[in-house]
Amino acid sequence: MTRVHKGSRRVAMGLLLLFSAAFVLPFVWLLSTSLKPIEQTLSLPLTFIPWAYTADLGGKRVEVTLDFQVTQPGAVVRFLAGEDAGKLGFLGARQLASGSVPATVVHPVAAGSWHVTQRLDRALGEEGPAPLWDVLPRDRIDSRIRPRWDNYPRALAALGGDSASDRDRVGFWTFLGNSLAVAILGVLGTVISNAIVAYGFARLKWRGRDAFFALTLATMMVPFPALMVPLYGVFKALGLIGTLLPLWLPTWFGSAFNIFLMRQFFRTIPEELSEAARIDGCSEWRIFWRIVIPLSTPVLVVAALFHFIFAWNDFLGPLLYLTRKDTYTLALALAGYQSQNGGVQWHYLMAASAVTILPVIILFLFAQKTFIRGIATTGTKG
Amino acid sequence: MTRAEGKRLRAGVAFTSLWIVGLAVFTAYPVAASLFYSFCDYSILKAPVWCGLENYRQLAQDELFWKSLRNTLFYAGLSVPLGTAVALGLAVLLNCEVGGRSLFRLLFFMPSIVPVVASAMLWLWIFNGKYGLMNGFLDLFLSPFGLHGPAWLADPSWSKPALVIMSLWGTGNAVVIYLAGLQNVPAELYEAAEIDGASAWRRFIHVTLPAIAPVVAFNAIMALIGAMQLFAQAYIMSEAANGNGNASDGNPARSTLFYTIYLFSTAFQDLRMGYASAMAYVLFLITAALTWMAAQFSRGRYEDSP
Repeated sequence: MTRVHKGSRRVAMGLLLLFSAAFVLPFVWLLSTSLKPIEQTLSLPLTFIPWAYTADLGGKRVEVTLDFQVTQPGAVVRFLAGEDAGKLGFLGARQLASGSVPATVVHPVAAGSWHVTQRLDRALGEEGPAPLWDVLPRDRIDSRIRPRWDNYPRALAALGGDSASDRDRVGFWTFLGNSLAVAILGVLGTVISNAIVAYGFARLKWRGRDAFFALTLATMMVPFPALMVPLYGVFKALGLIGTLLPLWLPTWFGSAFNIFLMRQFFRTIPEELSEAARIDGCSEWRIFWRIVIPLSTPVLVVAALFHFIFAWNDFLGPLLYLTRKDTYTLALALAGYQSQNGGVQWHYLMAASAVTILPVIILFLFAQKTFIRGIATTGTKG
Repeated sequence: MTRAEGKRLRAGVAFTSLWIVGLAVFTAYPVAASLFYSFCDYSILKAPVWCGLENYRQLAQDELFWKSLRNTLFYAGLSVPLGTAVALGLAVLLNCEVGGRSLFRLLFFMPSIVPVVASAMLWLWIFNGKYGLMNGFLDLFLSPFGLHGPAWLADPSWSKPALVIMSLWGTGNAVVIYLAGLQNVPAELYEAAEIDGASAWRRFIHVTLPAIAPVVAFNAIMALIGAMQLFAQAYIMSEAANGNGNASDGNPARSTLFYTIYLFSTAFQDLRMGYASAMAYVLFLITAALTWMAAQFSRGRYEDSP
């Protein structure tokens, strides 16, 4: 840790606060949008707070939406003639004074008042009486903070495309199940296969080992996009396109990075332990299983966490291999949300995104120390 | 080979057998097949037909290929240096004796584990030209001059900078690595420099930087390799921000047609898999060259030190 003067420490603190605000604000924006009613996501000026507005309309206390502010004084009137006869409307002061539109004044309106409409929670296209409206001064409209938690179940229902197509009843729970299956089977494969292989590299001496290990490391530089075409061919030949298998099966056959990670750890376990066991006539498998594995939980947990996050977050793999909707992972389903439900349901989109993020954040908060240590050691020393 | 050697070899092969299969099937075969396909006219529907260097020749004349390469280099050239600077800056700040360090580290790190699809959706919304947070913030400064923030992802000249800004949000990973690197710098070095009367800035230039340069260089090159493979964010955001059209068009105006996106669409939409394999090999060679550089910087990071 660098020792610095008190003044510069204050500057450092200030900068850190500023930057952490910039890092946190997107999360706040995500949550705030996910808890707003739709019209408040599409209104200016921006606010982080989900409001509920209520006002007296037609003698009833109802929830309203703030539509726009009238810039000039005028009045809410009832038209006396024309096709709108009998209906309510708004007339500006000048129009009212000129008398060109025959109407009776219901109540006068001051400049800066808000046009409000009764908020009807109706599905699009659903029939019903026209919503009540009025033009009211701001102080006749109550504002309360009210997060719309019901955005969440609605967003998740829309994730599967909840339109009339009930024939394919896939939805959030299907996607969640797929994501968990891919992640958990992948974590098991990663931990088991790489531990076995890494033991072969770390604790056994055999001809060709070092050359093979060098080759293993070299494969780390092969970019996945460069392998996409032949890999797709392999899984097509195996008849696995459209199933979840291509997403987790390879993890059961080792991966260079994890082999490297575990090998480095296994090498720190004193060789004497293995020697003593060998003298006692233990097989290598028993030494691996009874001595090395129990001492290696930290590295196994790091590999498991990394893989869980990778599998949960993966987009390219599912995009490549999954063809039918009932096999989609949560990430892939989320990616298709907008093309399925239109582009303006930001409140639902943010709610669905928050749900997708939540598992990794929870996992991270529980295993924070392991995570940070894992990142720090794999990144700096190895 | 003695009997004992033979036995040891058998044990070694037995333990690594899963990886031998995995390496062969999921890496070695694809690498070889990719090379072969790159010399062929191949759609997955019919057997490949040898066409020599034709794919590479076409590639050299393919404007979209060069466009995608330029876009990718532009993105990488901005996001990697900026990301490195931000991460290093934050790590240095955290390394001062400030309170709440682990909380800050947690906050900086958290965005880097957010699923890319979710962060793409979030930033799509942040970059919304009309109701987005970014322009809401910028307009605090711009509107007094009668200006308004750009349309970001819907504007060809701002779509890549938008992706760069988004990438900065995910640099927390590097902050953790650099902070660990900084904490490994021996305190005696600082004390000696202080006794010699070196200012904080000179201590940073002459003590801190040289000590963590290998870590920074290694990590920056890894980030560069990652940036060359940019896919998901661009794929998701360009489609959504520009309405109709295809995710792999690189809208608006092909400004987000990145290398991997072009590769993906060539292979899996046009089914020109031979041509895509040639692209894959070019990417492979670029990555190999970068990795070789990273290995030089890492000073035998992967070598044995028993």
